Amino acid sequence: MHGRVKIKSTAQQEEEKRKEKEKKLKAFVSARDAVLKKRSAGEHDEEALQLTRQLLSSNPDFATLWNYRREVLLHLETLREKDEVQKLYESELHFIEACLKVNPKSYGCWHHRTWVNTRLPQPDWTRELGLCDRCLSLDERNFHCWDYRRVVVKASGVSVEQELQFTDRLIGSNFSNYSSWHYRSTLLPQLHPQPAPDSAPITSPSPTTSPQFHSHRVCEEQLLKEYELSHNAFFTDPNDQSAWFYYRWLLGRAEREEMISCVYVSREGERVSVAFSKPVHAQSEGLMLVLDGQPQQVEWRSTHPRLRHSPVWLCDLPPGSISDMSNEHNLTIHWTEKHTHRDCALYTGCAESWCRDSATNLELFRSELSVEKSSVLQAELQSCNQLLELEPQNKWCLLTIILLMRALDPLGHEKETLAHFQTLKEVDPMRSTYYSDLCSKFLIENTILKMEYAEVRVFSLSNKNLTTLCHLDQLLFVTHINLSSNQLLRLPPHFAMLQCLEVLEADDNAIENLEGLYHLPKLEEVSLRNNQICKLSDLESLASCTKLTRLDLRGNPVHRTAHIESELSQLLPRVTALSL
Amino acid sequence: MAAEDLPSQFDVVILGTGLTESVIAAACSRVGQSVLHLDRRNYYAGNWASFTFNGLLSWIEQYKNQQEVQITELEQVWRSLIDEGEDAVPLSALDSSISNLEVFCYASEEEEKEEEMKTPLSSFQPVNAETVSEEANGDSTEAHDTVTGDDTTASDAKTPNEEHEVSEPKEDQHTSDISEPSQSQEEKESQLSSSPADPPVEVQKKITYQKLVKEGRRFNIDLVSKLMYSRGALVDLLIKSNVSRYAEFKNIGRILTYRNGKVEQVPCSRADVFASKQLTVVEKRMLMKFLTFCLDFEQHPEEYQDYTEKPFREFLKNKKLTENLQHFILHSIAMVTQHTLTEEGLKATQHFLRCLGRYGNTPFLFPLYGLGEIPQCFCRMCAVFGGIYCLRHSVECLVVDKVSNKVKAVIDTRGQRISCSHFVVEDSYIRDEQRQSTAYRQISRAVLITDRSVLPSESDQQISMVTIPPLESSAPAVRMVELCSSSMTCMPGTYLVHLTCSSSGKAQEDLAPVISQLFHVSTIPGEEPSEGAEERSKPAVLWVMYFNMRDTSALDSSSYSLPSNVHVCTGPDDSLCSDYSIKLAESVFHHILPDEEFCPPAPNPEDIIYDGDGPQAEGPGFDESTNTEADKSLAEEEGNSEPAEMDSVTQQAPLDMTPASEE
Repeated sequence: MHGRVKIKSTAQQEEEKRKEKEKKLKAFVSARDAVLKKRSAGEHDEEALQLTRQLLSSNPDFATLWNYRREVLLHLETLREKDEVQKLYESELHFIEACLKVNPKSYGCWHHRTWVNTRLPQPDWTRELGLCDRCLSLDERNFHCWDYRRVVVKASGVSVEQELQFTDRLIGSNFSNYSSWHYRSTLLPQLHPQPAPDSAPITSPSPTTSPQFHSHRVCEEQLLKEYELSHNAFFTDPNDQSAWFYYRWLLGRAEREEMISCVYVSREGERVSVAFSKPVHAQSEGLMLVLDGQPQQVEWRSTHPRLRHSPVWLCDLPPGSISDMSNEHNLTIHWTEKHTHRDCALYTGCAESWCRDSATNLELFRSELSVEKSSVLQAELQSCNQLLELEPQNKWCLLTIILLMRALDPLGHEKETLAHFQTLKEVDPMRSTYYSDLCSKFLIENTILKMEYAEVRVFSLSNKNLTTLCHLDQLLFVTHINLSSNQLLRLPPHFAMLQCLEVLEADDNAIENLEGLYHLPKLEEVSLRNNQICKLSDLESLASCTKLTRLDLRGNPVHRTAHIESELSQLLPRVTALSL
Repeated sequence: MAAEDLPSQFDVVILGTGLTESVIAAACSRVGQSVLHLDRRNYYAGNWASFTFNGLLSWIEQYKNQQEVQITELEQVWRSLIDEGEDAVPLSALDSSISNLEVFCYASEEEEKEEEMKTPLSSFQPVNAETVSEEANGDSTEAHDTVTGDDTTASDAKTPNEEHEVSEPKEDQHTSDISEPSQSQEEKESQLSSSPADPPVEVQKKITYQKLVKEGRRFNIDLVSKLMYSRGALVDLLIKSNVSRYAEFKNIGRILTYRNGKVEQVPCSRADVFASKQLTVVEKRMLMKFLTFCLDFEQHPEEYQDYTEKPFREFLKNKKLTENLQHFILHSIAMVTQHTLTEEGLKATQHFLRCLGRYGNTPFLFPLYGLGEIPQCFCRMCAVFGGIYCLRHSVECLVVDKVSNKVKAVIDTRGQRISCSHFVVEDSYIRDEQRQSTAYRQISRAVLITDRSVLPSESDQQISMVTIPPLESSAPAVRMVELCSSSMTCMPGTYLVHLTCSSSGKAQEDLAPVISQLFHVSTIPGEEPSEGAEERSKPAVLWVMYFNMRDTSALDSSSYSLPSNVHVCTGPDDSLCSDYSIKLAESVFHHILPDEEFCPPAPNPEDIIYDGDGPQAEGPGFDESTNTEADKSLAEEEGNSEPAEMDSVTQQAPLDMTPASEE
């Protein structure tokens, strides 16, 4: 008869497994102790390699053992001929490969592999690339391997072209892969750089050459191909964000150059304000003020003590230096670190003067996207609109359309933009406050543009559902601002940049914090009806605004505070017209 | 080997080694039933078999002989074994499931050109077939014992413990006779040397018929062409039962379709859609959107409820899908006809989509070395658990108890009476007298050997599935599978192409029009394609075989007048997958053993206790033979519930699982 197969019972199997485990653990612990003892005894021999090998092959994440191994290898290296060293390290590579099979995401393994390659007399980069390819084909998102691969590519001089094909391949097999798209964005500018412009851009008011036109831009022909690739990805799966991010990168441009965007001087306060294109720390940036050819010893301060980095910096001139209306003065601000400077002339009879780049001719607020030809952007907008027709709820598509519209014509598309923001908040309620903030930002930008086209110093943002304030550095000259009927919670420290502000209207918000009303030298009138100011201490910063005479606080919880009137008159003695 | 009587009693006797029977055999054996598994043929898997080229040629010979040879019945032998109170139900000795077999050779064969030109329509080229059968005789060791010969059956009574019992084509490749083909080639040449001497100019790079014969071992030509849906019943069963360890699989690389006179790739996965150059971006979105909807279409009844009584095709039209997309979805993804109703079409699409991504970018797998491997894998499983196998060994008649009207025994072709509680038999063994209905359908098949792919691409080692919608409205849709040499089914430099459709007539009539559209079929063997660029771009057919196979899948137990413990397994159906056969096996199994689990996972080799000696037999060699520690632990820990590990599971050497021979 034929023997029927008998199978061990589960209990038997488990018991066996348990014993096996126990045995393994015992062996592991005793080997570990032996190794650590050897290390502290400073023994660097073959046996050490053997022991660490056993331990690491079952647990490749034991970093101390890799360190010990390196010590041993470095020692053995000194004792051997070159050929033998090569062999020694090659066998090390084989060993690491086995460990990677145990844990392909072991930090220790990958780091050790990088190190071994630096010690190897003749590293075989082709084999290493092959290893990376195999590893990435198993898990295309193994970032350890991506990191290692970058090292290998750099050392072996693989051509950029080949690398681009490599990303083609990975994206082709699964385009949900940030690593590949990102890698692409580093390769394209090398392979297809944007040709340098024939002459320096005329619009640039600064004598320095703009850094916008070298570095990470890609030539138009290739860009069009990349747009198409992204279209294929997001039309195939519009919910996959990796392609959308890549697309945003394609449409985007280099960051704005750092420069002095504005110098403002006022006789009355004997004060100079300087605005920069980005927040800076002026005290450490080597800012120098020259008045009528004489360098001045001045102290720079930001508009609010809480802003260490600020786009606006102030200094007081020595008393009497410019107060005489009949004198003409020339100021120059030197920013030595960036080798740039800006002049400003204060003419006879003028109380103030400034020199600036306006937001309109800088196309400041289009910087979110691109300086590409508007025809290209227009075509991209069409593609996205086509997708939106098919996927009216897709947030990535909506957001991209908004950005494209802003790049093309922020004012012309304002209505559509607002409608899209509304849809965005509905389809993606988790991020609705982000969208509100972004929408506020765009609305402020549009208002600034309108104001500058109209060349006025009155700025009205009332009834726009604003949730946040930004671009306040662009409002350096504004004298009247109306923020009524919005959803603002605070007047942030940046608000102190409005150095010319005389009248503030901010009724019907939810403001509970007035931090930004700080040392505003010209502020005379503040209306804060129907807000959320609760405590007397919230009003303390107003005391620094020395010209404040009219204050309207009706409809704020603060009126319930005991002795509020007397406390207030003590805090703000100059305020003559107080409404509670 | 000495003649040895089989044990006289089994729980289950199974006749026929096709997929359904083999699965039942494995399932019964696995839960402890004693199983005798017989097949009258000299090879495994019946109509599911795969053959080397030479093996196929001798199969063709056998088919031909069977048409001619009169089978003499040996009734008297078994009559004496029937007791009183018993009836005998004789079985058919003749297999009539294959018909209309025709073979044409277009590969150049210098000396024989003339004859082939004259008789391209004759089924067999006489000279050809003769030489071939000779070769095959020299080649395969077991091929020629005649089916009925009593005195040669000594070697039949093999115990299942012998390794070559479950003979696998791939093992054949490694075994001996390397000199054989060249020898036979010489033979052939000498034989033909008398014919008017053509200068023996070797046509470089061209594949001659002789080359096909010489490299014949590299072919594994399936009689049935099916693919495995990665979430189909067969794959699930292979994983669940651990039978997957006996085979290896390859992904189908791409889905193609024939449209407007061109072969095109069907974008079916996300990656395909992304990469497709034929679709506009808007089409991409529409396709993805529609496919996403299909994935859980039941959740959105409002989308299709108006179409439940209408064809799927109309539903697609209504969805404003472009013609391109309608074609892809209807013919290549859902793979349904013009008349299929919406819900069925949606279900088919859903099934296709759910199978995507499990093993690759198409829903299909194909077993290396051919589909014929799969029944053999189950046979192996059966043998591991003690099933006994005999080929060239059939059952003459069933012994039926008159009172209970149940089969109590069978009498085999060697005149031995073997009692059993259940008898499982493949349909082709049943005589017409036992049939209530003979309403068969037929499957039309063509097997081609070609010289290149229908759609060459970067990688020439892809398996392609090609859907060919009906060329005329009356014609059937044809399914084509193109196998590359790395699937271990054909020699390098060639492709093996299977065409399948449900028959409306002879296979040749059904399929030749399609073949002439997609391939270059020369009128003169070995002729170069004509100068027309169109012709040259098509692959040339080197060799083609047509046949019809009976499709009995529509039959059920009411179609036969047989005792209730006789379970008839119908042969392969005409569908793309094997689900029908697996489901049938499961239902037969539950009929036989209502309370047992169907194919529970086989234990790990180390958990098997061997008679007498425990630990020694479990061979430490097994552990060493697995590729790496990592692979092994993955295979063990995640077991077979994790499909991605199927490959690593198959790396384990299956032979070590065979219990040690009792001798």
